[in-house]
Amino acid sequence: MSAYLTSMRAIVLREALRFIHQRERFIAALVRPLVWLLVFAAGFRAALGLSIIPPYQTYITYETYIVPGLCGMILLFNGMQSSLSLVYDREMGSMKLLLTSPLPRGWLLFCRLVGSTAISILQVYAFLAIAALFDIRMPAWGYVTALPALLVAGLMLGALGLLLSSFIKQLENFAGVMNFVIFPMFFLSSALYPLWKMAESSELLHDICAVNPFTHAVELIRFALYVELNPGALGWTLLATAIFAVAALVGYDPARTRIGRRG
Amino acid sequence: MTGLEATGLTYSYGAKKALEDVSFSVSSGAFCALLGPNGAGKSTLFNLLTRLFVAPEGRIIIAGHDLRTNPRAALAELGIVFQQTTLDLDLTVQQNLNYFAALHGLSGRAARAHIDAALDQLDMRERAGEKARALNGGHRRRSEIARALLHDPSVLLLDEPTVGLDAAARASITDYAHTLADQGKTVLWATHLTDEVRPDDDLIVLHRAKVLAHGKARDVAGDMSLKDRFLSMTGAEA
Repeated sequence: MSAYLTSMRAIVLREALRFIHQRERFIAALVRPLVWLLVFAAGFRAALGLSIIPPYQTYITYETYIVPGLCGMILLFNGMQSSLSLVYDREMGSMKLLLTSPLPRGWLLFCRLVGSTAISILQVYAFLAIAALFDIRMPAWGYVTALPALLVAGLMLGALGLLLSSFIKQLENFAGVMNFVIFPMFFLSSALYPLWKMAESSELLHDICAVNPFTHAVELIRFALYVELNPGALGWTLLATAIFAVAALVGYDPARTRIGRRG
Repeated sequence: MTGLEATGLTYSYGAKKALEDVSFSVSSGAFCALLGPNGAGKSTLFNLLTRLFVAPEGRIIIAGHDLRTNPRAALAELGIVFQQTTLDLDLTVQQNLNYFAALHGLSGRAARAHIDAALDQLDMRERAGEKARALNGGHRRRSEIARALLHDPSVLLLDEPTVGLDAAARASITDYAHTLADQGKTVLWATHLTDEVRPDDDLIVLHRAKVLAHGKARDVAGDMSLKDRFLSMTGAEA
């Protein structure tokens, strides 16, 4: 049993070391949501009227509305970033080292997932702290209850990254991921506008947003930040996590993959 | 006793056959050179032996463990040096080895003892604190061999480990791999360079997805030099 924990600690530590070595990545990951929060939201506030919808009990500013969506954005970008680094690892060969360990492949990939999710969550808290400095605050307990929600959402998006990495053949294809995964997932969700607002302009768009797992991840985080549980969102997010994880395992099955084909 | 045995391995990338009914065995404690020109299928064979891919047909036995039915026991007996450097260049040699030890379930005092022993064996102890990026090619390779020996495997696979090294480093690493075989490790050494093969070594000649010859290097060479024999075997069909 201890071999499992030893390997998990080492894989998470390696992810953390790698993160520390790439300080630009941390800054980029913080600047992106802050620009949305402090610039985009400020400009957008006047254009968008929000009514009182759960979990909010009073009128809220637009900045307050998009905070959970931006937490989701950090997790989404990091999930895709970790997919990119998996492809990089494969091209550089260090993936081979991981996959030839005698521990089960599924476990090793799960450890990778946990490592990258832990780092994403740290970034989310750094973002929430800066937002609080700008007086965009959540209930105090919300910062605690958000943790499990961030974990589930992070694992879901990380599993999606893992799945994509098993299909992406080359590093260069990552631009495609930006166009076809990150942007649609983010914009077709409740991150920037509530779903009822979307329904006013198009029923179809509303329906797409409603099935987008990212919407449910954002709603899970939104409710958790207000110390509430959204069981529907939790169910959807867990289901999506399971589907992505199983598909990723199939993608990494040694009888099917071509990992390490180059070199 | 056989250290490494492959039977009827076949693998293809789409229509292109990379390996066709490849069978061989290496006895325990032998140094076996896998000689083949570029594109012969050596790397594919290594990917199968290390279970990065699984061949639809054929069997691989590593130190008595079937790689298909008992992959974890088989992989635990395997030390691997990949053709490409797989060191994390931003980490020190020590950190790289710690990471690898943990992937094999070693931690704490046991890991330290194994790491120190492996570094000593390769005269790399004093470089343990250096970042891998700061090492020259020869020392990077030594670190990787130390890493491959860390968990005391009985079978060692090296995929063209001398690529890109200068003559001195190449000779020293080739010598060292022979010493390991003398100490009882089963060594499979892939190369396209005949001067790395000694007359007493076992030899497998792989060309165009097939095994062309398998035996003592001396016997395969016959009355020619191994280099001429190898060129005539692989060139005649070109």
